Amino acid sequence: MFEEDQPRPLLEVRGLTKRFAGVQALKGVDLQVLPGEVHCVMGQNGAGKSTLIKTLSGVHQPDSGEIRWEGKEISLPRPTAALDLGIATMYQELDVVDGLSVAENIFLGHERATGGVLHVKKANAIARTLLKRLGHGSLSPSTEVGTLSAANKQIVSMARALSRDTKLIIMDEPSAILDSGEVSNLFRVVRELTAQGIAVVYISHRLEEIRQIGDRISVIKDGRSTANGLSVTDTPKSELIRLMTGREVANVFPERKPIPADAPVVLDVDNLELFGHFEKVSFTVRAGETLGFAGLVGSKRSEILETIYGARKASSGRVSVNGKVLRPGSVTSAVNAGIGLSPEERKSQGLILDEPVFKNVTLSTFERFARAGHLNEEAERDAAREQIAALELRPSDPDRPARTLSGGNQQKILLARWLVHGTPVLLLDEPTRGVDVGARSEIYALIRRLAAAGTAMIVVSSEIEEVLGLADKVLVIDDGKVLTQTKASDIDEHGVLDLVMKGSAA
Amino acid sequence: MSEQNTKVAEPRIDAPADHTTKANPLQNFLSGPAGRSLGLVIALALLFVVGAATSGDRFLNLENLLTILRYASIIGVISIGVTFVITAGGIDLSVGSVMGLTTVVATLASVQLAATQSSWILIVLVALAVGVGAGLINGLVIAYGNVVAFIATLAMLVGARGLAELISGRSTQIVSNRDFLRVMRSELLGVPLLIWIFVIVAIAGWFLLNRTTFGRRTIAIGGNLEASRLAGIKVKRHLVSLYVLAGLAAGIAGIMMLGRTTAGTSTHGLLYELDAIAAVVVGGTLLIGGRGTIVGTVLGVLIFSTLTNVFTQNNLDTSVQALAKGLIIVVAVLLQQRFAARGPRKIKS
Repeated sequence: MFEEDQPRPLLEVRGLTKRFAGVQALKGVDLQVLPGEVHCVMGQNGAGKSTLIKTLSGVHQPDSGEIRWEGKEISLPRPTAALDLGIATMYQELDVVDGLSVAENIFLGHERATGGVLHVKKANAIARTLLKRLGHGSLSPSTEVGTLSAANKQIVSMARALSRDTKLIIMDEPSAILDSGEVSNLFRVVRELTAQGIAVVYISHRLEEIRQIGDRISVIKDGRSTANGLSVTDTPKSELIRLMTGREVANVFPERKPIPADAPVVLDVDNLELFGHFEKVSFTVRAGETLGFAGLVGSKRSEILETIYGARKASSGRVSVNGKVLRPGSVTSAVNAGIGLSPEERKSQGLILDEPVFKNVTLSTFERFARAGHLNEEAERDAAREQIAALELRPSDPDRPARTLSGGNQQKILLARWLVHGTPVLLLDEPTRGVDVGARSEIYALIRRLAAAGTAMIVVSSEIEEVLGLADKVLVIDDGKVLTQTKASDIDEHGVLDLVMKGSAA
Repeated sequence: MSEQNTKVAEPRIDAPADHTTKANPLQNFLSGPAGRSLGLVIALALLFVVGAATSGDRFLNLENLLTILRYASIIGVISIGVTFVITAGGIDLSVGSVMGLTTVVATLASVQLAATQSSWILIVLVALAVGVGAGLINGLVIAYGNVVAFIATLAMLVGARGLAELISGRSTQIVSNRDFLRVMRSELLGVPLLIWIFVIVAIAGWFLLNRTTFGRRTIAIGGNLEASRLAGIKVKRHLVSLYVLAGLAAGIAGIMMLGRTTAGTSTHGLLYELDAIAAVVVGGTLLIGGRGTIVGTVLGVLIFSTLTNVFTQNNLDTSVQALAKGLIIVVAVLLQQRFAARGPRKIKS
């Protein structure tokens, strides 16, 4: 290494292209990863990051371009080929098998066995060593993975990568499911890995994170490399956003419009309580007003939202919409009163992924388009088209399955559903999770439009900045307790964190 | 509003040692594999109490116990094959009619190919080959033809039965090979060979599922197919081998059936697939895959065969028996879900 000016790249990718039925996912991607570095790959949703990862891990075959590993040209016809070379991938969806134990997951596909007969004790012992190396010696190898938190599942994923002779770990948005404490543990582990000479390709949306952990950055836009191996420290944030979006993002949050003084109270939550989760929450939301829940992951923000929606049954207290008291624990009652929920888990709780966009848009209203029980799909399609145009949904084909759209566009489908419905109250749980920078500002604008139309909204987000930017009024929540209720303009991110830190210390 | 939205979000990512914060130890035990089997053992014991109470010594004697086991053995072997397929998230509806086909082909082969000289081994090999062949076709169509398992094996269910009728001309073929019948009727330690075969297949199945890479991968594929593929498991090949295994079990069951009835006919094994699936599900194997238990399957089979025996001893109508079976299936699955709700949760859709 010392003879050369620069160490020989571990992985070198040149001019990679890949076409799926009708979509050119990669149009020429270059990437150079050095041994022991953290190489960040950035790009908006749909830029081709996932395709790139899957090509490097042997899941997809590229149409053209070359991949070099330690200087030699290679092909990766199947996942085992990549794993055998020392390329391990931690997928965003956490590819672990819930029904198997920690050790069984770690050695999945390369079980410790002789002639097909497993060595359970030996596997458990090696697993224990690996977990210790990752700073999680307390995790028992025989625990069933389905009982673990997302953060611990990620540790299992990482241990699996280390269980082979791995030289490169690709991490696909590892922090997306973690809270700040877990993220710092993740960073610690990543630093230990790189200290051992293992290279990490780190995929993330979060610019701040990349600044903390990354050595160099490559940017992909629309399937093409727009920057390669930029130094993290020397590249300003604005430059990165420009490379990703091709435009300058000036003011992310659209300006608030003042709520008319005579706007009626639409949602009234009075002393709502759910034992074991949160206590005595009271607030009102007026028409056109946006209330934000600020707090860390685990503060029970989502639980409050779900209780208002009736998905959880309140222990005491009441929720009323336009003066009408809802039946506790009844989603039907909430929906009939006009509450809409855009859930945190878009894919599993919000969308029917294989159905076309238009059917997803009209999922809660299709009866309106029916005559005597007979559905009028053309009318549904027209209604969806209207929303597609208004929300700049891409691609704009109403017949495309929802699965094929990017995260940001899937979120727009959910919002479109409630726009068509015309619901007076809308609960948004993590509306921008997994949504890239460019699409975010569109969603922000959309939320403002809903507010301007008189919708009362509650926004929950793990990004405090987002809550403060979107909401008129903020509840700061920690561990199921409301610490304060204030106008969003009267508090900043520091103020919120201050309160939360004090709250948990007390 | 769709029911989907009513589902409560996954528990938040909380403390790192969250697996220790589960309910009390008793609940943990009951929702674990041992607890589930314990429930089945209790059910079986209850059936024995009922049998003893209603039929006394006619029920509680060695001969009758062997009758129950002999009755359980054939469907038991089939059920163990099916357990593997279901654990991997698949289904095999064809096992009953494949078994019928193996009896027809094996008897015909022994009759036509030099009846007197042919060894009993020929019958065994032909039956196994037919079972494996049918399973191979199932597996290839499912894994490489991307046909849903339910449909592919439904086609085999109908097709194999039809083929068996064609070959046999709908007539019953008698096994003329004396060696074969002698072997099949032999006893060891006073226990008939049929029961020994069931015991051996059950032990082999338990070992294969719980102690080998094959079994581990079967559970993994049923639990999360995509994760298994990404972990480097050759999923398609594995699926084929699972259906071959189910076919092999059907072939073994065919041999046992020939030994018991001394005749090959296309009507052997009618509706066995449903009995097998019922035993597997009652035993605690998840129909959606990812969890399988051979012990549970064996207990499930024993529960049904004891039930049949108790009903027969009391001269009860087979219709009542069918009704009771149906009730047992529903109650067992309801109980399982009760406990499973406290167990591991699925994160993915």
